[in-house]
Amino acid sequence: MRHAISKLGKDTITFFEEAGAIFMLLGKILSYSGRVFKDWHLLLQQMMTIGFRSLPIVMMIGLFTGAVSAWQTNYQISGYVPIRYLGLATYKAVIIELGPVLTAIILAGRVGASIAAELGTMKVTEQIDALESLAINAVRYLAAPRFFAAVIMMPILVVFADFIAISGAWFVAVVFLDIPTKIFFSEIPQFFIVYDIFAGLFKALFFGGIISLIGCYVGFSTTGGAEGVGKSTIRSFVLSAILILIFDYLLAIILF
Amino acid sequence: MIEIKGVTKSFGEKPVLRGVDLTINTGESIVIIGRSGCGKSVLLKHLIGLIQPDTGNIIIDGEDITQMKEADLYRMRRNFGVLFQSSALFDSMTVRDNIALELEEHTDKPIEEIDQIVAERLRMVGLPDTEALKPAELSGGMKKRVGLARAIAFSPSYVLYDEPTTGLDPIMADIINELIVNLKEKLDVTSIIVTHDMVSAYKIADRIVMLHRGVIMYDGTPDEIRSTDNEVVRQFIEGQADGPIKPVPVGGPSLRYHRSG
Ligand SMILES: Nc1ncnc2c1ncn2[C@@H]1O[C@H](COP(=O)(O)OP(=O)(O)O)[C@@H](O)[C@H]1O
Ligand SMILES: [Mg+2]
Repeated sequence: MRHAISKLGKDTITFFEEAGAIFMLLGKILSYSGRVFKDWHLLLQQMMTIGFRSLPIVMMIGLFTGAVSAWQTNYQISGYVPIRYLGLATYKAVIIELGPVLTAIILAGRVGASIAAELGTMKVTEQIDALESLAINAVRYLAAPRFFAAVIMMPILVVFADFIAISGAWFVAVVFLDIPTKIFFSEIPQFFIVYDIFAGLFKALFFGGIISLIGCYVGFSTTGGAEGVGKSTIRSFVLSAILILIFDYLLAIILF
Repeated sequence: MIEIKGVTKSFGEKPVLRGVDLTINTGESIVIIGRSGCGKSVLLKHLIGLIQPDTGNIIIDGEDITQMKEADLYRMRRNFGVLFQSSALFDSMTVRDNIALELEEHTDKPIEEIDQIVAERLRMVGLPDTEALKPAELSGGMKKRVGLARAIAFSPSYVLYDEPTTGLDPIMADIINELIVNLKEKLDVTSIIVTHDMVSAYKIADRIVMLHRGVIMYDGTPDEIRSTDNEVVRQFIEGQADGPIKPVPVGGPSLRYHRSG
């Protein structure tokens, strides 16, 4: 019992230490927010890697998210909600919740883990030390472009995901549920709120920040050779996935 | 001139440096010897502020880097070139980009001029026309030489070498030794070499110091060290298992093992 309590105490201290270190890194990255656009070639390269190369998987997720949510919503509302509300229900769910969160979770694996692996490898092979020895700040050169690229690209990716998801939902509705296109879209204009779209994209931006910040933090703190790099990729994914879900809840309270 | 004054450093509970005092004069080639894991790399990393000491000061050309603002530390690092133990080439970049990076980041020199400097540095290390290769295509010895070309790209006043010959065949090791001696003459640099390769140490050193148990326990010229009666130093330079330096016991006192190096 004593042992368990002292372990809990130590874990709590480590937790706060790590949270502090993550915030310090965030502060340093933000201090380069002007400089990062001068290093535009680094930023552009990361926007390609993080954004463009993620498009296929983001589209896949979008398609199935939309298809599943149309099918499920039909099952859930049939009998007590008029079916003309199906389109509206799927649209809202996709825009404010499913699009940003599912895209973020997948990108925590696709992008966050790869940042952690890349920076972790650079750490254990002394490449980060080498960069610093050339008087190049590793946070500016490596972390800032990744962070800002993710923050910029996430909302754009989520727009794609949302668009494909709604198309997928529409396809399922028309082809499998015999709902005419006109009926599917009928209630959306009436309940269309611009704020929903902004809120969804703000979530996306926030999650993009979490994914890249955690990827960089975990990468920079990698130790112990190839094994350590493997552990870092897993740690980065688990940590960002948990944080995405926690912040999704907090943002829901704040935004809606 | 570099003055290391009373530097201590522990990692967790483990003390690595326990009060290192060492003065490195401008223009000399100093070799730091010591067993694997005794803290040689840690000491080198202190010199460019990659590691901060727990206590003590490191004074470079009159300025204490342990008290410096970050911007000043980065300015100071431009005077240093470092050849890392694992070469540490950026494996996403070509040889050319590895060597050009520091110039591209810190100067407004036009591309043609940078390319010229890169080509010249590559000639100096005996690897002309390798600009387009990626680190993965290079042998261990070539990587060290590209790492060296990168270290000297910005014409540093100090060059730090972390085990430059470890893991190389004797011929390649000698090529690297020659390079270190030549660079010193051509570029007029102060060289600080960490190694446990005594052949290399004798060849390049003006002065040899030994790091042992966290302190500098010997300091002398190659000739002096050859005829020393300090038993610890003798055991190390002659490479004998028996002597005052005991292998570190692991897994209990009965189990003895010999650490490589
Ligand atoms: N960043 C670090 N964190 C914890 N321990 C470290 C770190 N760097 C070095 N050490 C430890 O310090 C000791 C000295 O390491 P090092 O300087 O690399 O030895 P060497 O003399 O072989 O270069 C080793 O026991 C190593 O495990
Ligand atoms: Mg070492």
